Amino acid sequence: MKIHIPTPLRAYTGGEQTVSVPGATVAEALQALTAAYADLRNHLYTGEGKLRSFVNLYLNDDDIRYLPQKEATLVEESDELTIIPSIAGGSNCPAHTLRAGAIVQVQQATKGQRPALY
Amino acid sequence: MLHLSFSDYTALRAHGEDTYPHECCGVMLGKVAPDGNHVREIVRAGNTRTDRAHDRYNIAPEELIRIQRQARKLGLDIVGFYHSHPDCPAQWSQTDFNEAHWIGCSYVITRVDQGKATITNSFLLTGTDEDDKKFLDEPVEIEVSSVENEQEKGHA
Repeated sequence: MKIHIPTPLRAYTGGEQTVSVPGATVAEALQALTAAYADLRNHLYTGEGKLRSFVNLYLNDDDIRYLPQKEATLVEESDELTIIPSIAGGSNCPAHTLRAGAIVQVQQATKGQRPALY
Repeated sequence: MLHLSFSDYTALRAHGEDTYPHECCGVMLGKVAPDGNHVREIVRAGNTRTDRAHDRYNIAPEELIRIQRQARKLGLDIVGFYHSHPDCPAQWSQTDFNEAHWIGCSYVITRVDQGKATITNSFLLTGTDEDDKKFLDEPVEIEVSSVENEQEKGHA
């Protein structure tokens, strides 16, 4: 089956975007992948061998976490597995909270405390 | 260095204005070169963090896969991401850092004040793994094409 490698992990597959590996299940295909490209293992799995929480694995269009057999799902030659790290973040900024609670800011100021800067 | 066309630069900032007071997010497609990430196209994405979209963003993996397929068809790679910080500094937050996993990619952040895009910065995620990753300030080169240049003169 084909495994699509995301940009940051291509340094460990010799620059290959897509790698073809043997395997009857998702787990076997991943095993073949990390056997061929050993440096990938640390980026996909924790020291305890668990898939890192931010690494998503999609078999064609399905998240393998939600497949009944998960990584034991049978695969065919024509199937495609995509490794896709998560994308998230955010300002985590208190501006909106503070604006909504302006009284809190005033109270802080009157106590001589410095209001949050942003 | 991040290389970005003037139209893409304008478009990603406009996205932040469109979604204000919520954070916008999107993906930058292009090529990695010795002199940095070159953006050829930006793709808007939906922010799935509807519970607190004012200070969080998340792109659904299904959408990322669709965008990655689109990139492959165009012969491009995912070279970075962008998002906005409504009424907050155009600097990466601890949340941005904790959730950044695409080493080698550019993370562009635009500050949007009262609905108007102000400052846009880029940060390159460097390192070898989760333990030594870090954000570096990344210079941005805005490339103005001859057509855009003429359009700008027309507006002046």
